Amino acid sequence: MEVKDFIENFASQFDETAADLFEAKTIFKELDEWSSLTALSIIAMVDEEYDVRIKGDDIRSSLTIEDLYNLVKKNK
Amino acid sequence: MAFLDIKNISIKGVAACVPKVVEYNKDIYAKWGDYGQFFSTTGIEQKRRASEDICSSDLSIAAAEKLIAELHWNKSEIDAIVFVTQTPDYILPATSTIIQEKLGLGEHCYTLDISLGCSGWVYGLSVIAALLQNGTMRKGLLLTGDTILKICSIDDKSTYPLFGDAGTVTAIEYDGDETGMKFCLGSDGSGYKSIIIRDGGYRTPMSENSLIQEIQGDGIVRNRLCLELDGMSVFSFGISQAPKVVSQLVEQFSLDKESIDYYTFHQANLFMNEKIRKKLKLHSDKVLYSLKDFGNTSCSSIPLTLVTQISCGLKSKLLKHVGCGFGVGLSWGAVYFETDSIVCPDLIEI
Repeated sequence: MEVKDFIENFASQFDETAADLFEAKTIFKELDEWSSLTALSIIAMVDEEYDVRIKGDDIRSSLTIEDLYNLVKKNK
Repeated sequence: MAFLDIKNISIKGVAACVPKVVEYNKDIYAKWGDYGQFFSTTGIEQKRRASEDICSSDLSIAAAEKLIAELHWNKSEIDAIVFVTQTPDYILPATSTIIQEKLGLGEHCYTLDISLGCSGWVYGLSVIAALLQNGTMRKGLLLTGDTILKICSIDDKSTYPLFGDAGTVTAIEYDGDETGMKFCLGSDGSGYKSIIIRDGGYRTPMSENSLIQEIQGDGIVRNRLCLELDGMSVFSFGISQAPKVVSQLVEQFSLDKESIDYYTFHQANLFMNEKIRKKLKLHSDKVLYSLKDFGNTSCSSIPLTLVTQISCGLKSKLLKHVGCGFGVGLSWGAVYFETDSIVCPDLIEI
């Protein structure tokens, strides 16, 4: 599991945000397009792509995309 | 995983009752903004709300009276009632005994309350089916009912727009039918805080603090006697566990997935339910929805969906079903059952 792929998968859940805004250190909850719906899309993506069940607290405690990546990797 | 293969019983009828009062989410959601996105995500346009004087049991009893009459069952023959609810009439006594009396059933009647929500119809079915399988008790009613809107804060956009009130009844009879019902059930108490009412039980009794309205987030104001829903955790649980339990049921009992006529899932919200459907690769024609008109009706969602979406088929032919409930507990279950020209009165309103 590569961080680069994870960022791509993460970015593909957004429709309007420019691709270059997605980096490992991106604080994703500060993105304009971040919403409860994108949060659910991220959860579904992690379930589909990595077969990992992340909880609400996991999203709430993660600051950057890399934080979430590390969490998914740990649970894989 | 708990597997059960219960023979000699079958469903003879199903009925549902909702309050007359309709609430529209476009009105409720106006104070929070983007109703369009809410509707496209949840699929919930309207729901029913019980007035102050209507309890869960009243809805279930109205459904039961109608079903018993149309089945032409003699009330003295009803040996067992199981009532699934998380909004009972009283903290004690159990509501099922009150229902026994109100329905005019005999004192020989076995009565039991089950405190479960969205998995409740499947769990309740497993209990009443198991009770009747030997034929020493022959006729039973599984009642479900919740008036969830009474425990949702109207200022909480994460709960109030999603739920609706309803009650149902499913009639089961011992008849020597070899097909019976097949179940797969499970639980995960580590997620008990995902859907919870914090105060008012005996872990945290009601106090003055229970009534303080607190801002929990954008568009979320409630007190500690209101239902709290961690949407992200429940979503994550639903899309992972519901497909899993259906697959386990299919595998354990070597069911032919294609031969199933209808898959009826607990009605959580469209976004979650569609993820579940697609994960199981089920054709949309086989998956029933009643979300648009009734929202999430907790333990009543599966039978309410059957009654409102396929009553003609239920009444006229043999159908093979898979039902799947998942939610508060966390708790989940899937059931395979058949219906063959059963009694299904039109939706009742009180």
